[in-house]
Amino acid sequence: MLHTANLRFSYTGAALLQFPDIRCEKGEHWLLLGQSGSGKTTLLHLLGGLLTAHSGTVQVAGTDLSRLSAAKLDRFRGKHIGIIFQRAHFVKALTVAENLMLAQQLAGVPISKSRIEALLEHLNVGHKLHAKPDRLSQGEQQRVAIARALVNQPAVILADEPTSALDDVNCEEVIQLLEREAQAVGATLLVVTHDGRLRARFERQIQL
Amino acid sequence: MLLSLVLFALGTGLIALLLLLNSQLQDKFDKNLAGIDLVIGAKGSPLQLILCNMYHIDAPTGNVSIAEVRPFLNPQHPLIKTAVPLSIGDNYKTYRLVGTDHRFPQLYNAEIAEGDLWEKTFEVTIGASVAKDLNLKIGDKFFSSHGFILDDDLAHDHTEPFVVRGIFKPTGAVIDQLILTNTQSIWAVHEHTETAEAEAPHNHDNDAYGNVHTPLINFPDKDITSLLVQFKGRNYQALNMQRNINENTSLQAATPAIEINRLYAMMGVGEDALRALALAIIAVSGLSVFISLFSSLRERRYELALMRVMGSSRRKLFALILLEGLILAVLGYGIGLLLSHISMELLAGYMKDSYRYTFTGRIFLREELYLLGAALLIGFVAAIIPAIQASRMDISTTLAEA
Repeated sequence: MLHTANLRFSYTGAALLQFPDIRCEKGEHWLLLGQSGSGKTTLLHLLGGLLTAHSGTVQVAGTDLSRLSAAKLDRFRGKHIGIIFQRAHFVKALTVAENLMLAQQLAGVPISKSRIEALLEHLNVGHKLHAKPDRLSQGEQQRVAIARALVNQPAVILADEPTSALDDVNCEEVIQLLEREAQAVGATLLVVTHDGRLRARFERQIQL
Repeated sequence: MLLSLVLFALGTGLIALLLLLNSQLQDKFDKNLAGIDLVIGAKGSPLQLILCNMYHIDAPTGNVSIAEVRPFLNPQHPLIKTAVPLSIGDNYKTYRLVGTDHRFPQLYNAEIAEGDLWEKTFEVTIGASVAKDLNLKIGDKFFSSHGFILDDDLAHDHTEPFVVRGIFKPTGAVIDQLILTNTQSIWAVHEHTETAEAEAPHNHDNDAYGNVHTPLINFPDKDITSLLVQFKGRNYQALNMQRNINENTSLQAATPAIEINRLYAMMGVGEDALRALALAIIAVSGLSVFISLFSSLRERRYELALMRVMGSSRRKLFALILLEGLILAVLGYGIGLLLSHISMELLAGYMKDSYRYTFTGRIFLREELYLLGAALLIGFVAAIIPAIQASRMDISTTLAEA
């Protein structure tokens, strides 16, 4: 489902980063651990098609990302890859529901309000449907971000430090929800973190 | 953003206002030319002679005696087709009373809406605006007063009153704002004032001035203000006539077209300055649109990166920012146009009060459509660099900064 081979990347003037090959199969949940500066975020951006590798391949759901044109890659990402960031970002002028609708629209997926409502309900933020995102607590924001990553039922969910800004209670809740929802849509989940609290929850781990 | 919008509206509004004012002013001046080739009157400023006798907005340069203009009144004059006498200097409630003959309305192709042309002394036929604004009807009587301003002390109320005999249809020309009577009525009013004797009212028809159709040539010692002259043909001799009059007589002759062009040239300086100011404002507003779009890119870069993550292509972001610039331009244009038409309407009220000319903010010009094109172009130019910037953004670094 999420395969890489001989992946290399370097920022201009910086040392070459070499990544171990990854083979995550459908429905599997993985934890990718690494210290700050080990290239965790870079790897996640490569997997999400936000960066282009110098060499090697990234395959998502059987598609080699490097073979897609720029616009096709954007569309592919929107439709098949859900990404959750350390800090949730939204289009500030839009409500929670509108942000999710935008995610559907930009991915070229038909807009489904019922899907959005059900998803937010499931993530315990159903009552925030018409709230502006910056009115939400951090825990709530992260839940809405998860909802946005899941709204198009992606094949792969990439989460970049989804819990490191949260307290223990929220951390526990968010990671549970993430796992549960990934399971519900049958998506492959890859959580990139240095957060030790998550170590015990994942059987499958990659160390950078 | 708001500042850019206000500036844009101000700039386009000012340009639109200039366009409106200019087109209507030109229209008024052209309409009132009425095929008149030469205006003959007392010595003074030629522009004043034209403004007073053709546009009825300035004071007369003085009077001339019938004896002086006698040659031009000759119906057998080899060069002159018509010479219409005007006697100006009185008003009724600031609307000018003009003593003339029946050829004057013909100059403006004025048709009678109601009643008739004046036939006897102290009968008047009034322009459409006069009738409307003063609510005058056929048979209504009034006293004129001296000068062009409202002043009860100057009223000629010890004479017979004027009687409305007819009302003209609206022409769009200056005749709409005039009260027309025969030349003899004006003389009669002033004779009474000058002598101020308690004379019994007498029948003017058979009086000193005879019938209204008696040629003015019969009263060599009486005065008129000017003659509006149409030539038979614009030949060399006709063109020379103006110079002859100015050099060899105590009269002055002025060509309307030349004086009006001189006026345009004089106004043109102010107009050019205003236009330059408006263009500068528009340029600044374009710059302001550019700056606000550019700085908002910094604020919104996470949002834009996020949209890319959600599947939006580079081209879509480019279009998005460009559209913002264009929407801003169209909005500014719309507000500016609204402002210009409202202020034109307000200005029209003021000009009607002071010049008796009717302007309107309720017309739309083809040039305003070109202005929309220019506004869109400015919006496009202001937004193109920010749009390129947005489309080139590196989403990975932007998101990593967060």
